[in-house]
Amino acid sequence: MEKRKELIVSAIENGTVIDHIPADKVFQVVKILGLDKASTPVYLGINVESKKYGTKGFIKVSDKYFEPEALNKIALVAPTASIIEIKGFEVVRKQTVQIPERIEHIVKCFNPNCVTNKEHDIPTKFRVKHVDGKLRLVCHYCEKYTSEENIEFI
Amino acid sequence: MSISLKNRSLISISDYTPEEICHVLDIAEDFEKNPHQNLLNGRIIASLFFEPSTRTRLSFETAIQLLGGNVIGFSSTSGTSVQKGESLADTITMVASYADLIVMRNPIDGSARLASEVSKVPIINAGDGSNQHPTQCMLDLYSIRKTQGTLENLEITLVGDLKYGRTVHSLVEAMSHFNAKFNLVSPVELKLPRTVKQHIKDAHLEYEQFTELEEVIPHSDIIYMTRVQRERFPDPLEYEKVKNSYVLRNAMLANAKPNCRVLHPLPRVNEIHVDVDSNPKAYYFQQAQNGVYARQALIAAILGLK
Repeated sequence: MEKRKELIVSAIENGTVIDHIPADKVFQVVKILGLDKASTPVYLGINVESKKYGTKGFIKVSDKYFEPEALNKIALVAPTASIIEIKGFEVVRKQTVQIPERIEHIVKCFNPNCVTNKEHDIPTKFRVKHVDGKLRLVCHYCEKYTSEENIEFI
Repeated sequence: MSISLKNRSLISISDYTPEEICHVLDIAEDFEKNPHQNLLNGRIIASLFFEPSTRTRLSFETAIQLLGGNVIGFSSTSGTSVQKGESLADTITMVASYADLIVMRNPIDGSARLASEVSKVPIINAGDGSNQHPTQCMLDLYSIRKTQGTLENLEITLVGDLKYGRTVHSLVEAMSHFNAKFNLVSPVELKLPRTVKQHIKDAHLEYEQFTELEEVIPHSDIIYMTRVQRERFPDPLEYEKVKNSYVLRNAMLANAKPNCRVLHPLPRVNEIHVDVDSNPKAYYFQQAQNGVYARQALIAAILGLK
């Protein structure tokens, strides 16, 4: 199985592998990390068999390493993701993602009357709050809550 | 340590600590005794009302004039560059170069916070959509402290539209600092949102929810009435069923505590019967008058003059 996967997507020499992404969230992760504008090769895998999760997605980004703040943003959609840094085809670091305390620029405020939806070019800012075990994004401007199921990426 | 609010915008009541709130109330008390104080001495305050308002605008402008200041601004956007499509940030940047302080009301939620981030002079939020109206909260707190002698350990009954009423939300948040007990009286459709109740829970305070007003009157220190609006009900029949449950009449106050006072952010429509007006427990008109002192206090404190 492992061998066949390698035939589909080559191992990268240097860069970052984002593994264990929920299969339907790969494109959101691409967007959050700005990989749609990447200048180095990026390989995507969707609906790949996973022992742990049934199916999963992954992204391999050549010659690029990310700041933890950037990677933590993907925790909003892919809390199970693991981040593997590769140097010279070797794994040099493996880590998980953590939901950050603040989310900026990537999520739309759910409140249609929020100033970020009414005026042009106002970057959104949210504080992350956990209410009754559920994730809530509190808008810095309108102070309204955007709940997990209403998260929409800009 | 002395408290200074110099250059501190007031966007949300939670921007100020309980100590800072009490500091503003102390200054307001001084203005009530002596309202004419020429502290502004010709300074210019901008009053930008992007939507109409009667009480808030007039009480701000009264406060500015009592302080010897000059007002520039507009009371609606008609004929302004806003109608030509100017961004809020540009309007604020421009006005901030003319005035020492900006008072702003705007129908868009979060507009005041944005204004405070682009303005080089402080902003006082005079209401941003359904979000915050902190100067109303300040005058409510002033009225409560003045009539009760304290903000601590009071039983506060909030009546009517607790779901959409922003004054109620700010008041709950602010009074949660002062060990209040809350009675929440509303139709089931208009209950206090969970996010606002969270402030009460975070402070480990008590609250009870009711659908009838009468039973809570005898143990209330403050009865804070708000309007139940017909348009909040998807089914007009539901409104018809409940509309009279939230009308306060004079006879209902017969067993109220001697210190009990009735407050209302105004405008009132029919939720407080006019027969309450002559009852000494009716305090809503004085409450509106207190708005001038509270706003004088805020302007003076934010400009570093008190």
